[in-house]
Amino acid sequence: MLEFCADPKTLEGLSWLSCYLTTPKHMEFYFSFLTVMALLLVAAPAALAFGFGGAMAARSHIAPLRWLGKIYTAMVRGVPDIVFFLFFVIALDQGIEWLTHQVRCPDWSEPIRQGLEFRVCPAAKVPPNNASLFVHQAYAFTLAVLTFAIVFGAFAANVLKGAMDAVPRAQIETAEAYGLSPRQTFRRILVPQMWTYALPGLSNLWLILIKATPLLFLLGIQDIVYWARELGSSKSARFDYPHGDWRLYYFLGLLVFYLALTRVSEIGLARLTRRLSHGQATRAGETLRKDAA
Amino acid sequence: MTCWETVQAFWLRSVGIGENALPTTNITLCDQFVLIGSGMLWNLYFGILALALGFVFAIGLALAKASRNRWIRKPAEWYIFIFRGSPLFIQFFLIYFFITTVLRGSVDVFGLFTIPTAWLANAWAGAAFTLFLNTSAYSAEIFFGALMTVPKGDLEAADAYGITGRERFFRIEWPTMMRLGWPAYTNEAIFLFHATTLVFFSSFPAFQQRGDALYYANYFADKTFNPFIPYPIVAFYFIVLTLCLIGIFGLVNKRLNRHLPSHQRKRIRLRPQLIR
Repeated sequence: MLEFCADPKTLEGLSWLSCYLTTPKHMEFYFSFLTVMALLLVAAPAALAFGFGGAMAARSHIAPLRWLGKIYTAMVRGVPDIVFFLFFVIALDQGIEWLTHQVRCPDWSEPIRQGLEFRVCPAAKVPPNNASLFVHQAYAFTLAVLTFAIVFGAFAANVLKGAMDAVPRAQIETAEAYGLSPRQTFRRILVPQMWTYALPGLSNLWLILIKATPLLFLLGIQDIVYWARELGSSKSARFDYPHGDWRLYYFLGLLVFYLALTRVSEIGLARLTRRLSHGQATRAGETLRKDAA
Repeated sequence: MTCWETVQAFWLRSVGIGENALPTTNITLCDQFVLIGSGMLWNLYFGILALALGFVFAIGLALAKASRNRWIRKPAEWYIFIFRGSPLFIQFFLIYFFITTVLRGSVDVFGLFTIPTAWLANAWAGAAFTLFLNTSAYSAEIFFGALMTVPKGDLEAADAYGITGRERFFRIEWPTMMRLGWPAYTNEAIFLFHATTLVFFSSFPAFQQRGDALYYANYFADKTFNPFIPYPIVAFYFIVLTLCLIGIFGLVNKRLNRHLPSHQRKRIRLRPQLIR
């Protein structure tokens, strides 16, 4: 990458290190930090959407929908999330392949579950066997995002349902007295007011989501944990690295990355909380009003 | 092999007692239930050990964080921030690599004598140690919060009676702190047990296939290509464990609150919390 790196003989000490840390492999390592950020930025709104749907379903007047919402919000309570992560990815993967199998190979006669194996017709493989590496990676990433969204959505649903219940009853009653329909009440009164109650829980969830990103590694994505293990060890499957076991230092780097991300988020969320408290009928809102006056 | 024979052969497999060879063909539901249950022994071991040791350390940390002396307060704040602000997964790796690359099997103390440290690289020691450090930080934050909400009146009453120092802490602050922090601590305990599943992914190796619940679940998922049975079994065991924990901690909560009228008691509410 750097110009003076072209001649390996002259390299020593710091200049060697600076060249070594800019090799293409290391660039992939740095790029994987972006993968993690991308996952956070995509999974958070997706989880929020799942959570919103779940909370609405759990409060629904239609019984089957309500049961569905309740089951979804209750599902995450007693079970370690990691089990979900392992389970969902395989379940989603097999589910999608099973569906495409039904569509593309209707007259396939062999059973899909042959004893211990899961076998669909070649045409139903997702992604196709001949697809490029990029497609395979993108597919794995999408599955990971979906898994994160479903699992975190259940947590978000809990938070949002609590927030919807926390909006003062008088506000809803006033809306009804003004003749707003239930739908209008929901959209114009309930939703704008619930965020201030939801924010503590959602902030917590965001911090937890940050800390859950190393699980990408378990879902088979080449994320920062993968590269830190790979580049840090003294040898890989094919060749030796020109250094001893550096994994401790690479993981120290990851630790610093996560701590920084947590700290920045905490500061940002504190500001957002302050902002959302404006004009709310809560203690925080009242304090802001008095300070301004 | 009948199911009862399977139970006898495998229920202590995870600690190395009983039948040695794991089932590879004709895996029955019974095999899966028994072996995963056997693996749960390790999850219990990790959880109980970390919780018991962490409880003591956490109270020390909480007191340090509440200290007025900044030389005591700052280290405690940093410790809590580092362990709460980073993923447990990364902490597992870091501590594992620290043990294997820095300690390298033994530590020389000024050339006088050497302390063997190779045993630390095993899951039963290293992973338990990491979990202990981690849960201490989370519990310390809970106890610190509880300590900060001890009613002012209680402390003033203590002053008025001339109760000071150690006695004030152990007779006034500590019982109230426990009472106020207990519901949150119950959640911490539950999610610590859930976090023990991560041990399987931390580099700490399972010795001679003596693994935790997830180790066997993963083994069966690999062998049968069917995740739909072993993982729900793990989930089932954990739900049972969670219910037991709520029961046990609820009894303690009852005792801590026994002097209060029923409407002032703090209730245990299960609050969802994810991976650390």
